[in-house]
Amino acid sequence: MRTFDYTRVRGLEETLAALGEPGTQPIAGGTELVNWLKEGIEEPRRLVDINRLPLRDVGFADGVLRIGALARMSDVAADEIVAARFPVLAQSLLLAASAQLRNMASIGGNLMQRTRCPYFRADTAVPCNKRAEGSGCSALHGDTGAAAIFGWSDRCVATHPSDLAVALAALDAVVVVRGERSERRIPASEFIRLPGDEPLRHNELRAGELITAVEVPGGAERSYYLKVRERASYEFAVVSVAAVVRAEGGTLTGVRLALGGVAHRPWRLTAAESALVGVDLGDTTALRSALAASFTEARPLAGNEYKVTLAQRAAVRAIQEAAA
Amino acid sequence: MNQDTRLSLTVNGEEREIEIDPRATLVDALRDRVGLTGTKKGCDRGECGACTVLVDGRRVLSCLTLAVTVGGAEITTIEGLAGEDGEPHPVQRAFLESDAFQCGFCTPGQVLSAVGCIAEGHAGSPDEIREWMSGNLCRCAAYPQIVAAVSKAAVR
Repeated sequence: MRTFDYTRVRGLEETLAALGEPGTQPIAGGTELVNWLKEGIEEPRRLVDINRLPLRDVGFADGVLRIGALARMSDVAADEIVAARFPVLAQSLLLAASAQLRNMASIGGNLMQRTRCPYFRADTAVPCNKRAEGSGCSALHGDTGAAAIFGWSDRCVATHPSDLAVALAALDAVVVVRGERSERRIPASEFIRLPGDEPLRHNELRAGELITAVEVPGGAERSYYLKVRERASYEFAVVSVAAVVRAEGGTLTGVRLALGGVAHRPWRLTAAESALVGVDLGDTTALRSALAASFTEARPLAGNEYKVTLAQRAAVRAIQEAAA
Repeated sequence: MNQDTRLSLTVNGEEREIEIDPRATLVDALRDRVGLTGTKKGCDRGECGACTVLVDGRRVLSCLTLAVTVGGAEITTIEGLAGEDGEPHPVQRAFLESDAFQCGFCTPGQVLSAVGCIAEGHAGSPDEIREWMSGNLCRCAAYPQIVAAVSKAAVR
């Protein structure tokens, strides 16, 4: 691990001034950054400990849930308003990681997780454009079982690991970021970038900016997070679905869907969302054919065609569970 | 080279002043500087739970915690669970009675995690215990006995 200086900060202005210095990174829960420090994936000259900033509150006002960026995953999941009005959000948090990691990890840090695949952290260095741009993508012609089926490029086929990000995408949440001069509001579904030609540009956060909050509009009482994985607990999703629905008399009147485990960022199923309006909740065949509208653009790789089928079936179940 | 910094940690109720490199994790600080080797270093990457300790009463992984970030916090390790008279903590007693270990390497982390699990109110059924203890791996696979021990301790 390269040496770094460590500073604790207490105020936002002080933090933003510090983050403006080259080679400076914030640390909150540390559950991801400390691993990257150990492995030499991140080599900051200075770490700024932001844990004492007053960004831990969770509150609902004027129809908007506001979650401070430093609120811990376990605290947000246990919040009564979150559990009652945004079940998909609480479920996505509780199905992620382990109890210890959820006690440590912050909401802002969760969204800053690297999209990566096993080649990114291979014991022996292998080509990976997210480690060394231009070195190539080992996964593209290697084991593609866990890789993306949407939105990948020949530079990177990894899927992002956050469950929370999937729920936030379906909820039309906004990521609030502060720079030294201004505040920006970025749609949660676009915060993490697709790899394109710049796989190292992981998200929309600019140098010197800090996530301060996540805002979630309205309520989503009828919502559900379905996570499909290779073991029952403490594992990343093979495929996951966040569903937020409205229904009248057994017929869907509005649906918002996002998938995890299928792309470099959460993947909204906008075409299917339109096609699902008016569909009878009990008619699985009709639900399936409406969902197919979003899968014409799927580009499975050699080892992950199964995800195309799995994701559609999971989406059917998530919609029905959300409406139940 | 980094200068070591002075750090004040409250470990098991006792204030400790140590000199430490900012890169040191809490598990290394506890074992190598404070001299408490009950906290075990397993995977050292946040996947096995062997290094679980309580920080301000919450179970966390000491291998992913930089020691400098918990200066001033209350840290509880396996050495600090027993009562003043040396009487084992109810969770420790339940682990003994249920034979909830084989080699013992994961046990300090299992016990601290179980203390957290019970305090959080997530030890109501075997299924719930399995889910909320899933961050603690046991290579000897003593899981049935661990679940039994946590169940037993939870009702005490």
